[in-house]
Amino acid sequence: MGILDYANPTRVLRFSRAVKPWFLGLGLITLAVGLYGAFFTAPADYQQGETIRIMYLHVPMAWLAMMAYSMMALSAIGTLGFKHPMADVSAKALAPIGATFTAICLITGSLWGKPMWNTWWVWDARLTSVLILFLVYLGIIALWQAIEEPIKAGKVTAIITLVGAINLPIIKFSVDWWYTLHQPASVFRVDGPTIYPAMLYPLLICAVGFTLVFFYLHFAAMENELKRRRIRAMQMRAARRVAPEQTTLPQGSTA
Amino acid sequence: MSAFRALIARDVRLATRVGGGALTGTLFFLAVIVTIPFGVGPDLNLLSRIGPAIMWIGALLATLIGLERLFQSDKDDGALDLLRLTDSPVSNFVIAKVIAHWLGSSLPLVLVTPLLSLLLALEPRAILALTATLAVGTPALSFLGAVGAALAVTLRRGALLMAVIILPFSIPVLIFGVAATRAAIVDPDPFWPPFALLTATSLIYAVIGTLGAAATLKIGDG
Amino acid sequence: MKVCTVWVEARVKIKELALSRGERALVAGLSLTLVGGDAVALVGPNGSGKTSLLRVLAGLAEPTAGDLTVSMQGADADLPRNALVHLGGHQDGLKGALTVRDNLEFWIAYFGGAGLSISKALDQLGVGHLVDLPAAILSQGQKRRVALARLLVAPRPIWLLDEPTAALDTASTARFLTLVEAHRRAGGIVVAATHTSLDLSNLKTLDLGDYPAHRQDGEQTVKDAESYWLESEPL
Repeated sequence: MGILDYANPTRVLRFSRAVKPWFLGLGLITLAVGLYGAFFTAPADYQQGETIRIMYLHVPMAWLAMMAYSMMALSAIGTLGFKHPMADVSAKALAPIGATFTAICLITGSLWGKPMWNTWWVWDARLTSVLILFLVYLGIIALWQAIEEPIKAGKVTAIITLVGAINLPIIKFSVDWWYTLHQPASVFRVDGPTIYPAMLYPLLICAVGFTLVFFYLHFAAMENELKRRRIRAMQMRAARRVAPEQTTLPQGSTA
Repeated sequence: MSAFRALIARDVRLATRVGGGALTGTLFFLAVIVTIPFGVGPDLNLLSRIGPAIMWIGALLATLIGLERLFQSDKDDGALDLLRLTDSPVSNFVIAKVIAHWLGSSLPLVLVTPLLSLLLALEPRAILALTATLAVGTPALSFLGAVGAALAVTLRRGALLMAVIILPFSIPVLIFGVAATRAAIVDPDPFWPPFALLTATSLIYAVIGTLGAAATLKIGDG
Repeated sequence: MKVCTVWVEARVKIKELALSRGERALVAGLSLTLVGGDAVALVGPNGSGKTSLLRVLAGLAEPTAGDLTVSMQGADADLPRNALVHLGGHQDGLKGALTVRDNLEFWIAYFGGAGLSISKALDQLGVGHLVDLPAAILSQGQKRRVALARLLVAPRPIWLLDEPTAALDTASTARFLTLVEAHRRAGGIVVAATHTSLDLSNLKTLDLGDYPAHRQDGEQTVKDAESYWLESEPL
């Protein structure tokens, strides 16, 4: 019981309400600066031309997709190791946000790839790994939806999240390995230390901005989940309160 | 230890009895292998090139679909509770049940592989490689599937969801298994590195699968 | 009629136990000590936590609060409570495709049995003639009796029974209660959740309704997940 008193919903809600606007405000300001840099000061790529500007959206999304999963795995440890209910709330709030960021990463990757590869999709090692991450996210969301009882759903999903956390590096390794085995003729890569500082700084600023917005979304989703659980608890309580009164009812038939 | 062996013996026996369904997985495997040529055409060159992939995907689906009921029948008749009334941890009986399931369902699949490979015009070297990779790789699928089977107990009607969750995790097994088999067909590709990686994946998944399934069962029951 | 095993200092100790199912607390402040020879009838309305208590006693679930020890002296003194209890009734755990003998032989091998032989155990429950038949064709009552034979072939000191006599006729119930008495004389403990009265000597009754987690006025005596979520500020 002690642990249940530890961080109660009221305190979490109060904290969330206090810090949420700051995350949003700072995030939007940072993003404005970063995106200005991305679109106006950063140079176009000598090979890819203006399409390089998709990078300022695509790369932060890829980072945040992975960060969201890491946070979900940490929350899963909180659920299983410390039995903290707030860890459930955090994990459940993270899944759709992570999935959305992963989806944006995939879509921007596809848009970026179209002029480069002249096709919407290539089974490139990076894109493929992100696609699998997206599938794992969808599976976890489906699992949350499939179990009625929140506590059990939290524990079961936590186990699968951790199984995924151990598996994703293995999958990443195997996909990289698979890609080198089937290596196509022309490979195009965005990574590497060769990126110009003029491109790097806007990218980092964008990344910070999106991260702040990400935390804002996480807090907002946690608040919603807390409300959802409160409603459920109130409904269950209401259902029980009605029961004893009904035992006195069946007399209408004589009227 | 005798409890462990007794459970394996019981499950293998149940699998081969009426309603046990040991051979259903193998039949499903056969049906998949026979159906695919109708989709891609009877070109033997093409079939022999994609043959390993067809066989591996068939084995993957047969294993995962067959595993759905790994714990369900014990849950239905109450034996799942009774099996936990020992001083050994839940993971012990998970391992025993997976071994029994592998012996009853996956081993027959491995054994018919050489025969089915002939339908896909695989060469003897490829057949040997394919059989070896399936023998080493299917345990990984069984252990992964055990996590899904434990989920299926918790969710009641969780068969499809189980596949949705487990299939992405089985990608490394597929990659290394097919790569090692391809090595026997496409000459410059090496056989041993992917085969060693496949073995390693099997060992890692045995650990992850056992712990994951045991934890899921405890929560689903508790 | 005798069960050869004798249990030394079998004991069940429950202190300030709280139980919950899902998010809702069911039972709070339950304390109880049982020693060898004791038999308790667990009563209470549906959903009062009888099955939950049996599962917690069996080590299949953990209590939300309180202490619980199941112990005995002798060679098996260090065993966890999972290995000291039998769970009987409710569900039979029989495999229809196997014969009665194969079913029981499996449980002997799995639990480690030094109890009655299979045929003797079945005879005592009046189902000796079924030993070579597949369990699938037995009637509900026959299945229940075969399942209860498991308690005799693989002896354990604590019997946790969930509606054990539900599928049994009067004669079978009498036979079974005789076996329960023999188990108690050997120093065993019996906890039975039941709706009907059991004809046992010195039967204690534990009404779980006496240990409610929720009082009549709706106030809770213990916190549970439900009250935890209600702690947040109003919407």
